[in-house]
Amino acid sequence: MPSREEIFDKVKSALVDALGVDEDDVTPGATMVGDLGAESIDFLDIVFRLEKAFNIKISRGELFPEDVLSSSEFVADGKVTPAGIAALKARMPFADLSKFESNPSVQNFANTLTVEDMVRYVQSKLAA
Amino acid sequence: MRWFWIDRYEEFIRGRHATAVKNVSLAEEHLHDHFPGVAIMPNSLIVEGMAQAAGLLVADALDFNRRVVLAKVAAAEFFFDAVPGDTIRFKAEVLDLKPAGSLTKVTSTVGDRVQGQAELFFAHLEPGEGVPKLFETDELLRWLDQMHIYEIGRDEAGNPLSRPDW
Repeated sequence: MPSREEIFDKVKSALVDALGVDEDDVTPGATMVGDLGAESIDFLDIVFRLEKAFNIKISRGELFPEDVLSSSEFVADGKVTPAGIAALKARMPFADLSKFESNPSVQNFANTLTVEDMVRYVQSKLAA
Repeated sequence: MRWFWIDRYEEFIRGRHATAVKNVSLAEEHLHDHFPGVAIMPNSLIVEGMAQAAGLLVADALDFNRRVVLAKVAAAEFFFDAVPGDTIRFKAEVLDLKPAGSLTKVTSTVGDRVQGQAELFFAHLEPGEGVPKLFETDELLRWLDQMHIYEIGRDEAGNPLSRPDW
């Protein structure tokens, strides 16, 4: 199992290539969308690069739960319902959703995921 | 009218790689203004040629059951300008292909020199995912014939590709 630093370096390299950002911008606390400018298609690109870099398989919706966020079952009036929050937590145990819970609007979700979440996600995949 | 930025394929290995050619000619109207007296093939249109060369390779690998759209130019760099009289060869390679998308790499060469290279990312959309129908089937088949895909195309085992009976 690679160290956290090794994982971070490879995640950083994947994000630099996928998003065209400077290495210095990829800090653990940087948000994927707000700070690094990731768009939805970029997440697919990032999935490809993480799979290759770490030799892991990532299912659709695992890293970015677009299906939950667009589901009428889990979203009401533009906000993720408590059931939706539970679904997100089950799907993304690697992500810190505490801030998102205080303002669970769908639009706000994009600014929730950070680089550190990506690192934790890879760690959880490698440990599985 | 559809803009065609490749003239035909010279090699087409299903789901793997392909080589397409594009002959740059001063008869192309866009070169008259870009630039008067110093015609240069715009690299943006070379990217479009790269996308057509790689996009058909991907769409064929998916049996033309998905709407394959260029979603992202992940990287692109160019080393010199292509000019009238040049034959550009696009060598397209599928790096990764999944149900939702594919990553390809395309190199453009003029003679022995690498003119440019790009990583192109395609999204594979299903009908209803926000992209209108891109082709009528007869129009698409005419284009594939024009590209010589079923004359020179092979599958991974080396067998000729069969022409679909749409």
